[in-house]
Amino acid sequence: MIAGLYNYWIVILLMMTGFYVVISSGNLVKKIIGLNLFQASVFILYISIGKIANGHVPILQEGVSNYSNPLPHVLILTAIVVGVSTTALGLALVVRIRETYDSVEEEEIHRQDESL
Amino acid sequence: MLIEVINIVLLALLAVTAIAAVRLHDLFAVAMMFGIYSLLAAVMFVLLDAVDVAFTEAAVGMGISTVLMLGTIGLVGRHERASAHRSLLPLAVVVATGVALIYGTLDMPFFGDPDAPVHQHVAPFYISESPSQTGVPNVVTSILASYRGYDTLGELAVIFTAGVGVLGLLGLRRRKRPGKEGPHDDR
Repeated sequence: MIAGLYNYWIVILLMMTGFYVVISSGNLVKKIIGLNLFQASVFILYISIGKIANGHVPILQEGVSNYSNPLPHVLILTAIVVGVSTTALGLALVVRIRETYDSVEEEEIHRQDESL
Repeated sequence: MLIEVINIVLLALLAVTAIAAVRLHDLFAVAMMFGIYSLLAAVMFVLLDAVDVAFTEAAVGMGISTVLMLGTIGLVGRHERASAHRSLLPLAVVVATGVALIYGTLDMPFFGDPDAPVHQHVAPFYISESPSQTGVPNVVTSILASYRGYDTLGELAVIFTAGVGVLGLLGLRRRKRPGKEGPHDDR
């Protein structure tokens, strides 16, 4: 069972590393980098699910019948591009926050807002 | 088996890179770790038969994302301030989530299992029918552009919205405080 699920477990460890950065770091840029780490790990999880042992790249050729599942590949291609869009938007928000508050540290921003 | 060994080594390298990104406080180094992580993920995708995803991840995920992060770090400063209070709450939340997810994998089909339910439904249809229906040998391309073309159109709408959002936030008005970028930089 360990050999069969090893990939998934390491990917979950990677996802949780990204998640930890998101919730523990006070720096907004580092939070967004953590979100990207999380996202890249989810991509690896999906592609892992599509893999067939001794399968081939899903580009059709003569004499090959066992192709890996192409559907997760399509899904993740879309997700990568959407992920970059959201990253760009998030980083633009960080730059705006820095212009207004002169800081990208969460605690400092809360202190200025007196919200925490 | 060589493939299994490469698989294990790559996953170990990914874990080391991710943990290094957690521990570093220089944001430039963290962004570089993210770049390395994305490239390793791209190598992982080649190993998992997803070549289209691999070069997209290498070009877009590693290239553009890292450049965007470096640009932002250039504008906002590269040092993360050490947090005043260290709380164990984030660690507890992460461990609890991780344990729940691992519990969820226990009844998943094993890695590489050709009889897994995900390989039984529409994927065989696309693999057997796409050459005659679309004439494209690359199944990923034929699904992306032909069968699921409207989804790709929706993706373009997302990119357009994000572009409009970034321009609205940063580009289309004069800054209140000049000198963030350009010749008036006084920092």
